[in-house]
Amino acid sequence: MKSFTTHTGLVVAMDRANVDTDQIIPKQFLKRIERTGFGEFLFWDWARLDDGSPNPEFELNRPEATGASVLLARRNFGCGSSREHAPWALEDYGFLVVIAPSFADIFYNNCFKNGMLPIKLAEVVVDGLFANATKHAGYELTADLDTCTLSDNYGFRVSIEVDSFRRNCLLNGLDDIGQTLEHEAKISAFEAAVGSGTT
Amino acid sequence: MPRTLFQKIWDNHIVHAEEDRQTILYIDLQLVHEVTSPQAFEGLRLTGRQVRRPERTVATADHNVPTTDRSLPILDQISKQQIDTLRQNCQEFGIKYYDLGDPLQGIVHVIGPELGYTQPGMTIVCGDSHTSTHGAFGALAFGIGTSEVEHVLATQTLLQNKAKTLELRVDGQLRPGVTAKDLILYLIGQITTDGGTGYCVEYTGEAIRALTMENRMTVCNMSIEAGARAGMIAPDETTYEYLRGRTFAPQDFDAAIQRWQQLPSDEGAAYDKSLTYDAADIAPQVTWGTNPGLVVSVDASVPKPTDYTDPTEQKTAANALQYMGLKGGEQITDLRLDRVFIGSCTNARIEDLRAAAEVAKGRQVSDHISAMVVPGSGQVKLQAEAEGLDRIFKEAGFDWREAGCSMCLAMNPDKLAPGERCASTSNRNFEGRQGKGGRTHLVSPAMAAAAAIAGHFVDIREWS
Repeated sequence: MKSFTTHTGLVVAMDRANVDTDQIIPKQFLKRIERTGFGEFLFWDWARLDDGSPNPEFELNRPEATGASVLLARRNFGCGSSREHAPWALEDYGFLVVIAPSFADIFYNNCFKNGMLPIKLAEVVVDGLFANATKHAGYELTADLDTCTLSDNYGFRVSIEVDSFRRNCLLNGLDDIGQTLEHEAKISAFEAAVGSGTT
Repeated sequence: MPRTLFQKIWDNHIVHAEEDRQTILYIDLQLVHEVTSPQAFEGLRLTGRQVRRPERTVATADHNVPTTDRSLPILDQISKQQIDTLRQNCQEFGIKYYDLGDPLQGIVHVIGPELGYTQPGMTIVCGDSHTSTHGAFGALAFGIGTSEVEHVLATQTLLQNKAKTLELRVDGQLRPGVTAKDLILYLIGQITTDGGTGYCVEYTGEAIRALTMENRMTVCNMSIEAGARAGMIAPDETTYEYLRGRTFAPQDFDAAIQRWQQLPSDEGAAYDKSLTYDAADIAPQVTWGTNPGLVVSVDASVPKPTDYTDPTEQKTAANALQYMGLKGGEQITDLRLDRVFIGSCTNARIEDLRAAAEVAKGRQVSDHISAMVVPGSGQVKLQAEAEGLDRIFKEAGFDWREAGCSMCLAMNPDKLAPGERCASTSNRNFEGRQGKGGRTHLVSPAMAAAAAIAGHFVDIREWS
């Protein structure tokens, strides 16, 4: 698994709540059997006009968003479908950090499996970041998983909460399956104990 | 100490737990479909790993399959490749696969229960958020990402943080014409689209106990639309009678019932949060916006952004109205429709089709409406045909299709054109969900059928 320690990047603000994974990566792109190459389809229905050309109004298509790697969003980001194609598309596009007041459960979990850091902050703090992103051209944030802080160059600095297991996995790029298989004997013992009737 | 249903299943499946670590939880059953599994199987190949318990893994193709004549080749070559890939992966790893030509094929959340794979007390996962459906049997069932699909294939376990518990109790009785779909849409409207985030919901109360198994599946199916990790209903006689005699139900069924009887939450067991509702307050529901929490009663009007006080909610409402081609203030029953979809893992079981057929019988779909019925599985289709429901639908002017997810997510050729307004028995009204620019209103099967005939929404309580 990819590791994540610290990242400084350009912020793009997406002022919409309940952004669902159908928007992040629409279903017509889920037919592929690969894990890579989804970035060009990110937010397709919002990012493209009917003729397939880029929609200049869309947040990510504005010139000042070029090269952004920190996505600032509103509550309940990533709701809906379990598709891991959503973090694959975000990561492939270049996003390593997503900040929101809340995330849907499955999406949040999927981010960690792909070397991305989703950061939950209080709504009032997120409001402040939206204001900062508007106020300062080229606004950047630094997410440091080692010290568990999020900061900018204008004096903003908050601690971020990440559960210690996920943090450790992400910092060290640990393979979940490999870690679980260290407990293989316990899995076998569990299976032996319950036999065929686990219910 | 008294324990909840969730706590009991959790305790029964702990393989390894330690401080500051996610718990390793044993998974009894993994359901697999073509869209979220290819990268997981590829991961196994790249690391030289095997499927640990192929007999605890069941696969079918549903999301991406055509619902037209199955004897014809699949025209979309990328879809075909994905389905072919699943077939090959199942062969390579020794997994039972219900192929397109198999009469038992269907939507994964329909065939799991109908074949008796889904049982009380189990942990069940699938790379699909509507896995919560199986919680109707008193199982802990939830959707996972593809990395986790691979983890379960390789280890038959999953790393999990324990969810909190939320009891949604519905007292009293549903009024005539009000269905399980209306009940769950109402609850989502009450707690909102992220009100269940971080929780596993247990539905309790008289109105829940009175539901059939198929209705309970409709309720649990949409738990995820309130953000909940899972939704569950304690097993009882209704559950046992549904399962008795099913192909993969336990052979020693009486012994199984004795185990299952231990599962319901103990008297006095504490939930992290409990909310209580009165079934009599619930009217038939129609969503008006672009998430399932944006819902009103059929006799109400579409809200306006100014009806909300929170600025984020105001903006959400304004965006939703714009996408849906609405201004706010319209009567729901005045909304004219172009399409009707009866199907999906929420509402494509035999009871759903019976309810829709009862409304459609002897009537005609409105001239300006294109309506389709997509059974949830091959078995549902056969049963419906044995009961003559297909004739009722066809004579009324509905399209009668083969089983699959179809226009619930429009990955296959079944989709809305831009601007088309659809009454749908599915579970998501997200932008573009049923086709780019398509406008989805979620309703019950009876409400969808009535809308198809009238050409606009009607209050099913006044239907005769």
